[in-house]
Amino acid sequence: MIDKTVASLEEAVAGIFDGATVMIGGFGTAGQPAELIDALIAQGAKDLTIVNNNAGNGEIGLAALLKARRVKKIICSFPRQADSHVFDALYRAGEIQLELVPQGNLAARIQAAGAGLGAIFTPTGYGTLLAEGKETREIDGKHYVLEYPIKADFALIKALQGDRWGNLVYRKTARNFGPIMAAAAATTIAQVSEIVPLGALDPEVIVTPGIFVQRVVAVSGAASARVA
Amino acid sequence: MNKLTRDQMAERVARDIPEGSYVNLGIGLPTKVANYLPKDREIFLHSENGLLGMGPAPAPGEEDPELINAGKEPVTLLDGGCFFHHGDSFAMMRGGHLDICVLGAFQVSKKGDLANWHTGAPDAIPAVGGAMDLAIGAKKVFVMMDHLTKSGECKIVERCGYPVTGIDCVDRIYTDLAVIDVTPDGLVVLEMVEGLDFDELQRLTPVPLTLAA
Repeated sequence: MIDKTVASLEEAVAGIFDGATVMIGGFGTAGQPAELIDALIAQGAKDLTIVNNNAGNGEIGLAALLKARRVKKIICSFPRQADSHVFDALYRAGEIQLELVPQGNLAARIQAAGAGLGAIFTPTGYGTLLAEGKETREIDGKHYVLEYPIKADFALIKALQGDRWGNLVYRKTARNFGPIMAAAAATTIAQVSEIVPLGALDPEVIVTPGIFVQRVVAVSGAASARVA
Repeated sequence: MNKLTRDQMAERVARDIPEGSYVNLGIGLPTKVANYLPKDREIFLHSENGLLGMGPAPAPGEEDPELINAGKEPVTLLDGGCFFHHGDSFAMMRGGHLDICVLGAFQVSKKGDLANWHTGAPDAIPAVGGAMDLAIGAKKVFVMMDHLTKSGECKIVERCGYPVTGIDCVDRIYTDLAVIDVTPDGLVVLEMVEGLDFDELQRLTPVPLTLAA
């Protein structure tokens, strides 16, 4: 019997190794798998490359991982926010590398990895600082920049419900990067508010098919719905 | 002259958004446009974090941390609205499916280059978000900004002094002084505020303007 559910957060993050590239879902704190990140901090992996839209808020979740000095490099679109002081201090001290990627290119590069594409030509960023030194091409009279896929060893994502085959549904705007990161990582670990029996999720509304998910762990609903 | 207030600018932009439009309102000043969309028009607001059919802010106490807009503020979803992941959301933007996006700006050049993401200051931490996707993706890109900086320099320029967000991408500029189209023949003034004449607007603007016929 195939059962991708694991009993604990500790088991969920087992095997994440030093130097791994880890995608973390979420847009700000919406969809951020805070409990998995806490488990990763406890697990101890270091020198990580993190892929996220932002670079942490306040001192929880991703910000706490940064504060614990586990992150060597972050690939994101919008690091600077009102409450990104942990990242800001590390960046100004030269203690973290930043690869800044326009948000849509971040999504497209993650999708390219999940879809097995070798590269993409994107119009976003053409003629800007963020395309400097990159190959460009004119196609049908429009200018494009060559960008390479972003793939990961692990993805940590948050969903509302999952089943033992790894099928997932999400909640509202917490969906954001979850489905595309799930496809782009070798090992995708989903925290869910509830594990439901096979067949309970309507196949017409499953957002992430279980083929993209390797581990599912339930966290208490109260904790996962906490306000940022 | 009667410079427009920020709310009057938002109201002016809102008048130009037709029934049935799919629209993204950028963070900051453009967000105010939502308050002035004519009530008799159905307009679909898109937020790049993954929703279409965005409604107004929720009543106090009704906020949901998993129902937010691109500025990470709590919002609501209208009946008929929907959620989607970032890949789909940016396909809507980059793929030319949005009719209009409204953005703030530091500068716009006479040929429609936009600078709105980074001051380029050596100590600034750069952040771009969806700005570059919005700049190049929508069918029409509207910019709303003050005509002059606080120190009196015009924000409509020959060439952007700040790092650009996109090139040749702005279609129309709404300032607190005028509405100006960016056309292949240059900048065309459609409207000016009461008490401002064309010569004065041209004096304040260091690139050639023409008055719409």
